[in-house]
Amino acid sequence: MTATMTTSTIPSDAMPSPQQVPRRQSGHIGDLVFAGVARLAAVVTLVLLFAIIVSLVVGAWPSIRHFGLAFVWTPDWDPVQQKFGGLVMIYGTLMTSLIALLIAVPVSFGIALFLTELSPRWLKRPLGTAIELLAAVPSIVYGMWGLLIFAPILAEFVQQPLQAVFGTTPILGQLFSGAPVGIGILSAGIILAIMIIPFIAAVMRDVFEVTPAMLKESAYGVGATTWEVVWKVVLPYTKTGVIGGVMLGLGRALGETMAVTFVIGNFNQLNSLSLFEAANSITSALANEFAEANPGLHEASLIYLGLLLFFITFVVLAFSKLLLLRLQRNEGKRT
Amino acid sequence: MSAIGLNRQTVDRLPMHRRRKVVNVIALALSLAAMAFGLFWLLWILLETVHLGLGGIALSTFVNSTPAPNADGGGLANAIVGSAVMVLLATGIGTPIGILAGIYLAEYGRTTLLGNVTRFINDILLSAPSIVIGLFVYAIIVARAKTFSGFAGVVALALIVVPVVVRTTENMLQLIPNSLREAAFALGAPKWIVIRSVTLRAAVAGVVTGVLLALARIAGETAPLLFTALSNQFFSLDLSSPMANLPVTIFKFAMSPFSNWQQLAWAGVFITTLGVLALNILARVLFRKKD
Repeated sequence: MTATMTTSTIPSDAMPSPQQVPRRQSGHIGDLVFAGVARLAAVVTLVLLFAIIVSLVVGAWPSIRHFGLAFVWTPDWDPVQQKFGGLVMIYGTLMTSLIALLIAVPVSFGIALFLTELSPRWLKRPLGTAIELLAAVPSIVYGMWGLLIFAPILAEFVQQPLQAVFGTTPILGQLFSGAPVGIGILSAGIILAIMIIPFIAAVMRDVFEVTPAMLKESAYGVGATTWEVVWKVVLPYTKTGVIGGVMLGLGRALGETMAVTFVIGNFNQLNSLSLFEAANSITSALANEFAEANPGLHEASLIYLGLLLFFITFVVLAFSKLLLLRLQRNEGKRT
Repeated sequence: MSAIGLNRQTVDRLPMHRRRKVVNVIALALSLAAMAFGLFWLLWILLETVHLGLGGIALSTFVNSTPAPNADGGGLANAIVGSAVMVLLATGIGTPIGILAGIYLAEYGRTTLLGNVTRFINDILLSAPSIVIGLFVYAIIVARAKTFSGFAGVVALALIVVPVVVRTTENMLQLIPNSLREAAFALGAPKWIVIRSVTLRAAVAGVVTGVLLALARIAGETAPLLFTALSNQFFSLDLSSPMANLPVTIFKFAMSPFSNWQQLAWAGVFITTLGVLALNILARVLFRKKD
């Protein structure tokens, strides 16, 4: 306030031009309006999140009141008898994401290592772009490719040989049982892994590049190999950022819809722990049933699932964001 | 000379040193393999998409509407037009909100509480499951209007555009050096003129890049349209009724047992992928030139 007062009084003393004052006034009003509109837009973004949470809670309320928290560990999903529990879908979501992380984290680490330490300079950019384009491919493309191209190949060259070898072994055999069509938790997990590799790899590459060159050069100077520099200097230095990137990938995997819906098989029962048995995830249950669900308990239960999904991803993503922020802040301190 | 050679040989013989070298070679080979692994999927998916997609592309794909079950022929015209209409409208609605919020974060709220909280929430929305956005729009629009509609689809897509544009706009504005702002302020320009004619203008390539990336992102989004725009077998530009769109049509057709439907689904996947990748590459080229 005081600042605007002085700017409007002092120049009018120095230069008593009659045109100057109204122009400044309009600038002042323009400032107020513009700042107000920009702030409103920011508030809209903020309110959006709370609106989503509120609308999900309201939509899920009948189911929350009816089933309570027991919904989370009840495996029945029976629209005819109006009995609903989310265990099968929650298990499917967590298991596919776990498989995806198991595959994607080491591969992404390798890609980031390659891009930061090994790749010749002229190759860095095209390879980085190629990996980022992998992230841009719409998920429905992965889904359709997964169902029609990848699943049959997985069935023929992985599932059937595994069944032939371990079919009679007690525990392992159960893990690989199921119709040989390549659909289920494993193929969904693999396709999710392919989808999240670019996200994790891009974050890892960026945080690896944050490591001060001096730190790496001193390690090379005392005779460390490239691997030792990355494993014992770069990785410890950037570990919060790396975990942040992994969490970001996990958030993506948990919420991915189309790629999973195509290949998971959409089967609402948990009969075995087989990786090749048709199963279901929260997102694919929503994608398949929601548009045709009867208003009432069925619809409310599906929204309840959506609320749980939103809650889980929110926690994972917030954690990821906090870790990445912490790395940034430390970075600021050091330089 | 010979002393150094001898020295190197003895060092090489130390088991510890040899083990470290072997570990290094194995690790680097694995890293190379990981890179190849990543590229392998990209190439495979693209090749299959081109290979199977081109087979379904014909003039009729762009002229005829989607066929009924068991009917021959047909195309994707209604889905392509519906997708284009919804994606453009959603970008038109989401972009101004996103740019303004991005301006707020970069120019007004760098350190304020509102700025910090919004920045944090925006980054979470950026990666939030898009199907939940669909549920939200279903609850606030479809459930009230008691009908699926193209308009609901537009809103759902616009909600996905906003965080993308906010993030890139803020990043791009932060790259503008403060000396540029100070120079404009020193001339006596009010803050909003400085933002409009100096900072935003300097960052325009980056902001456009963000909009293109947002466009690319929603062009392939399926999940938020499943219970908002739904789908429509016929050609329709009526935003108050269900509207055909490419992603949901692909989903429906790919899961169907009819071979001509699957063929059309591949054609749709080809068109979508081509469009999305073209937008991404365009965005990159545009930004690099300014770089």
